[in-house]
Amino acid sequence: MRNTFIRTLMDLAGQDDRIFLVTADMGYSVLEGFRGAYPERFLNAGIAEQNAVGVAAGLALSGYQVYVYSIIPFVTMRCFEQVRVDVAYQNLDIKLVGVGAGYSYGPAGATHHAIEDIAIMRSLPNMRVVCPGDPVEVKELVLRLHESAGPAYLRLGKNGEPSIHPEGTRIELGQAMTIRSGHDLAVIATSNMLEQALKWTGEWEQEGISVRLVSMPTIKPLDRVAIVEMIEEGLPILTLEEHSRIGGLGSAVAEVIADEGKPVRFKRIGIQDEFSHHVGSQQYVRGKMGLMNKPDWPLKHKP
Amino acid sequence: MGNDQLTRHAVNIRRHILKMMLESKSSHIGSCFSIVEILTLLYFEVLKIEPENPLERGRDRFILSKGHGSAALYATLAEAGLIPEEQLRGYYQDGGKLPGHLDRFSIPFVESSAGSLGHGLSIGLGMALASQRNAVSGKVVVLLGDGECNEGSVWEAVMLASHLKLSNLHVIVDCNRIQSFGMTGEVINLDPLGAKWKAFGWEVDEGDGHDFDEIRFFLEKAASVPRVLIANTIKGKGVSFMENSLEWHYRSPSDEQYEKALAELDGSSN
Repeated sequence: MRNTFIRTLMDLAGQDDRIFLVTADMGYSVLEGFRGAYPERFLNAGIAEQNAVGVAAGLALSGYQVYVYSIIPFVTMRCFEQVRVDVAYQNLDIKLVGVGAGYSYGPAGATHHAIEDIAIMRSLPNMRVVCPGDPVEVKELVLRLHESAGPAYLRLGKNGEPSIHPEGTRIELGQAMTIRSGHDLAVIATSNMLEQALKWTGEWEQEGISVRLVSMPTIKPLDRVAIVEMIEEGLPILTLEEHSRIGGLGSAVAEVIADEGKPVRFKRIGIQDEFSHHVGSQQYVRGKMGLMNKPDWPLKHKP
Repeated sequence: MGNDQLTRHAVNIRRHILKMMLESKSSHIGSCFSIVEILTLLYFEVLKIEPENPLERGRDRFILSKGHGSAALYATLAEAGLIPEEQLRGYYQDGGKLPGHLDRFSIPFVESSAGSLGHGLSIGLGMALASQRNAVSGKVVVLLGDGECNEGSVWEAVMLASHLKLSNLHVIVDCNRIQSFGMTGEVINLDPLGAKWKAFGWEVDEGDGHDFDEIRFFLEKAASVPRVLIANTIKGKGVSFMENSLEWHYRSPSDEQYEKALAELDGSSN
């Protein structure tokens, strides 16, 4: 995802000289190409994220479209009040780009894990929250964000995620993407759990369960219409995210269900309300934190 | 513009502020009075801005980072004819246009929203960097409070600005020596403040923040690095019973105090 992001941004920067990239000293082996090609539109602001976001606001107030790049906790939480006041309140054309969704930095420890970012970012007025699940979604949504002025948060995984959508798929901001159709169960996945959702979908289908797999790469604005359709169909809904169960995709979908006021079977899979103290790879930590347990719900309720 | 004329404008600005505080019953009159001469000189003499085109690309930009001094900025803009004086009437009140802290969507000439301390220098730095990279002439002036220099983000920006040699970036620190809950010397002693900026690579001047000649001298000087003026000011300057008082960080004048203060201001303009 990181490489797709920077390749896409470099292509855009070649066509649009308003694009400016600010990093808070992150991006070794990722951002060198941009720095080399567009040094006058690149700044390493040092290990000082609050200032980096403020500087981005000054650049945006001078006409640039600014991308601020770092590891997720540092580009969202360390500088959250700058994000709130300088970026969101001022409604500036700044895209905060975080790498390391969920447990991407597994063995690095919880300081580098990102399990609360969707919750805090989607609470900000004016802030769009975009969580691509594969490189196709990254490319498409970076293109859409470029076309759409205003604040946004882009949540990236790491590198090496497989492409799930066919190359050339058009994806809009705020659009749920149906990857498989099905009529027994809807699985809505976001960000870097899309691959896992696809795997489970295949397993359920082997068992004769017809699963509708939906990728939700934009958490805000949320594709309410797509969710309401599932509710209207009476389809059981399962959400899947590598994020706290508080405030992420599952919460956002639950809000739509509650607003609709119609009964629907619903389950959120996400991270319980605790930090990981486990040492190990992303897959290992996922397993320890309960994200890899394919639920037998709703199968046991199946008539 | 002559200093006498500037002084008359400064007195009028204090009159506007006094009335706004009377009407709105809001705080920060002391914080506003300490920066009046700085704002007067900026808007009547120094800043290159076009009244008809507030967003002109090559303009000078002023960032009031200590956003709680908003009333002083509104009063200055009104005195300079950049916003209608009637707008001051709704300051901090139901249905008014002017909030207690700066909102860039409220009126023209507010370059950036402000109110949470420690943001303005970073934003000004970004603007100065944009000018430097685009070879645009406009300079950026940022006004900080001395208490505001408690914020770590200020020093992140101080470090980066000198590293980038942003010679078009000018900072004035309003050193009125009183912050929210005490004297700056007692809360976190900042002295020697100028030496701190100097150690971070800035060119430092120190002067009287109520003396037009000293502020002008600072703003007209050229350098190859960013520059800061440690401006010694008096909180509540211009009204004897408000001067150097923590209480007047919060209080608004009663009718009686308003009349007394107005009489002092009228006396000073003669």
